Amino acid sequence: MKETKEENGRITEYMGKRVYDFMRWRKLAAVLSVVLVALSIGALAMNGLKLGLDFTGGTQIEVGYQNAPKLEDVRNQLDAAGFKGASVVRFGSDNELLIKLPPEVTESMTQRSARDEEASQSIGDNVVGELRKGTDGRIDLRRVEMVGPQVGEELRDDGGLGMLFALAVVMAYVALRFQYKFSVGAVVALIHDVIIVLGFFALFKLDFDLTVLAAVLAVIGYSINDTIVVYDRVRENFRRVRKADTEEIMNISISQTLGRTFMTSFTTLLVLWALQFFGGELIHNFSLALIVGVVVGTYSSVYVAINALMALKVSKEDLMPPVKEGAELDEMP
Amino acid sequence: MNRFPLWKYLLILIITGLGLLYAAPNLYRPDPAVQISGQSSALKIDQGVLNRAEKALSEAGIDYFGGEVQDKSVLLRLKSIEEQLPAKRAIQEALGHSEYVVALNLAPTTPEWLMNMGASPMKLGLDLAGGVHFLMEVDTNSIVKTNMEGYAAEVKSKLREAKARYRSVDLVDDREIVARFRDEELRDLAVRTLRKEFPNKLVLQEAGSGANLEVRATLNEQEIKQLEDYAVSQNLTTLRNRVNELGVAEPIVQRQGRNRIVVELPGVQDTAEAKRIIGKTANLEFRMEAKPDALVTNKEYFEYRDERERAAFGGAWLERKVIITGERVTNARVGYDENGMPQVNITLDSRGGEMMHRATWKNVGRRMGTLFIESRFLPEKSVDENGNEVIVQKRVDDKKIISLATVQSPLGKTFRTTGLEAAEAQELSLLLRAGALAAPMYFVEERVIGPSLGADNIKVGVTSVQIGLLAVVICMLLFYRVFGLAANIALAVNLVLLVAVMSILGATLTLPGIAGMVLTIGMAVDANVLIFSRIREELRNGMPPQSAISAGFDNAYSAIVDANITTLIVAVILYAIGSGPVQGFAVTLSIGILTSMFSAIMGTRALINLFYGNRRVQKLWI
Repeated sequence: MKETKEENGRITEYMGKRVYDFMRWRKLAAVLSVVLVALSIGALAMNGLKLGLDFTGGTQIEVGYQNAPKLEDVRNQLDAAGFKGASVVRFGSDNELLIKLPPEVTESMTQRSARDEEASQSIGDNVVGELRKGTDGRIDLRRVEMVGPQVGEELRDDGGLGMLFALAVVMAYVALRFQYKFSVGAVVALIHDVIIVLGFFALFKLDFDLTVLAAVLAVIGYSINDTIVVYDRVRENFRRVRKADTEEIMNISISQTLGRTFMTSFTTLLVLWALQFFGGELIHNFSLALIVGVVVGTYSSVYVAINALMALKVSKEDLMPPVKEGAELDEMP
Repeated sequence: MNRFPLWKYLLILIITGLGLLYAAPNLYRPDPAVQISGQSSALKIDQGVLNRAEKALSEAGIDYFGGEVQDKSVLLRLKSIEEQLPAKRAIQEALGHSEYVVALNLAPTTPEWLMNMGASPMKLGLDLAGGVHFLMEVDTNSIVKTNMEGYAAEVKSKLREAKARYRSVDLVDDREIVARFRDEELRDLAVRTLRKEFPNKLVLQEAGSGANLEVRATLNEQEIKQLEDYAVSQNLTTLRNRVNELGVAEPIVQRQGRNRIVVELPGVQDTAEAKRIIGKTANLEFRMEAKPDALVTNKEYFEYRDERERAAFGGAWLERKVIITGERVTNARVGYDENGMPQVNITLDSRGGEMMHRATWKNVGRRMGTLFIESRFLPEKSVDENGNEVIVQKRVDDKKIISLATVQSPLGKTFRTTGLEAAEAQELSLLLRAGALAAPMYFVEERVIGPSLGADNIKVGVTSVQIGLLAVVICMLLFYRVFGLAANIALAVNLVLLVAVMSILGATLTLPGIAGMVLTIGMAVDANVLIFSRIREELRNGMPPQSAISAGFDNAYSAIVDANITTLIVAVILYAIGSGPVQGFAVTLSIGILTSMFSAIMGTRALINLFYGNRRVQKLWI
């Protein structure tokens, strides 16, 4: 069997498998990526991330009512009791409310409890006690989260640092296993994915909390996984396919891994949908971030990671094992 | 071709079997239970206590079973979780509040033979079990301040002794001692003196000019670090003792970072009580024993805290005047004297030492008592303005004698109490240290998850695992037929191994952890997808089936390893930087990656080899 089949001087089939001309669209894809990243950065600059309680500090209280209460009533009740600036929204069902107290209120509460032992009742109990006064129905305290502002600040710094560190280590590993051009390409793809996921959260003003940060890091894990699989093929084909230029090598590699890329993305998306629909409110944003990340990550492993390799003019020589020193000497008689 | 040696099959079988065994305890749901323990470790908990508790439950009409007397507690299992609170109330009522602690608990139902093998279920995180999480910050500035006050006093007295006459010595900003001098000669003398007296402790700096010359002294970094460490570890000990009083099944009290302490109390429902006990003030007072002829207005009668001593002596009359309180005690440790007899060595801060000296140098031969003060909140029925009966928590200070010893010689900054038994010495030193916190603490983070939400979270977690798993299984079967079936079996093995490893490591399962598990299911098949698509490719290239299988596994190997290692790197970093929920996710993800590499590469290969190996195959069902 002939290794390749050509049409108008371009490889259209390799080892009996159709080769799609992915690289024909690479300029367009580059523009799309730049636009997406620019939009994301724009959204981040305009809206900023709507940081959740974990990062800003503050208090969140989830309560369950017997019958759906009027939000306005609850707000007035809390305002009258001195919990200024409390936000009250429905959470999950009509009977469940999420009450958020701003960091200032939280701080004054914690300081009071530090000084005065008698007042060391939890904020949650105080709020629920207040709410119970207004209704005859029972109120179920489902969850209280209180985070001091300084804790949030530290988490924010740690999260950012962790992300940078993860990128650096991945870059080093890829440089070691492949070559530095590949590691640049992989990291460009990762940064692309992270910015777009963050931009998505900024654009739609979704709560960005600790679990979403975890999801963003998991996206890094997933996307690098995808990129490596494609790169692995590129490495192999550079060594194996003889008469093909770099663009054709890329086309062949992407075409060969396409089935796997779709299949894995699909099974991952399947479980993520399961998480999003059945996993409850607490991990809703977590799965959303991962869904966006998996879609973007799949795209970027093809069009960003490979595009970056093209831009860096990767060639066969980059992947040749270095000539061992002394090898020539051995051949001497 | 495509045969495994027997040992490989056996290895896979053994690992899978062990996995099943160690994952099994998670199938047994724990019984709701109540646990009764003593307020003090001296109290004996025996069959009698159990009988009283059982009687109280029968009278309240609450079903119970499997009452057992354990090491220092009694455990009673209940039929339903709703009955836990009423049961607790009934038992507490019957046994009284002052001596026994009744706590809610979950009793494991793992069969004994499994327990003997060291198999135990995964711990459930707070978001699944319900409970409270506190993060407390130790105010280390205040301990530096207290110490600097002591140093300031010492600096004054040392300078006086050396005749380095100063104009003033003040503490500025709680961190810096400033001594002022009229002329250079005096200042030089002062600097020499302080260098000699406080080497390695104070950092000296000269400042000022003219007739206003200064020596500024600050504590060196290392010393501050030591003080902070001491304060945090001291508070940690105190918190542990207080938390133990709550009788929670598996409390976590841990240091976090430089000056924070995490307290996690799974299953605790009454957060107000938890917070009161954690933030409660226990304190100490040192007082001289009253002279027999002292007026009643000058003396007070206290009982012994220890049951045996109380039975033997009842109590003692102490003076009303307090020499020092627990805040002045900086340390108390068990030691041994020349004869190997246990003793408690007590260290006071410098001011405490002075006060102690002043009080005792004229009183050698008299006895000094140490009072332990516990503030307890007891439920009390009262009537509110609307005439309804309500239960309010009333604070009661409970003062009891923990030690009454003869003063042998004037006491100072350090002294000791002898004539104790080893256990007594241990308990006394604990009480002395538990007396007060080394530095004040405040709550910087508080999370409470109600039991109903915990149960809901388990439900949604399990549902999403099931649905995710089902979807992936169907998908794999449709795409890869026989090979898909092998991959699905490997996936099931992977889940079992993941659960087993987490159980063995004692990892805590949280909701994000379940999310990590679901994600692992989705990604674990990736290795198989890589292999299978490779096999298909080789078949298309015209390779015979057997070689295609072999080549598929071999060629996919490098991609699988590289891809998984990079993901693992990210997961490990995630664990390192994350806290609570993020760590839970990172742990399941990392373990999942490792187990999936075993099951997807070794496991699937074994199944495929069993099915296709060593026979003539015309067509692969892939």
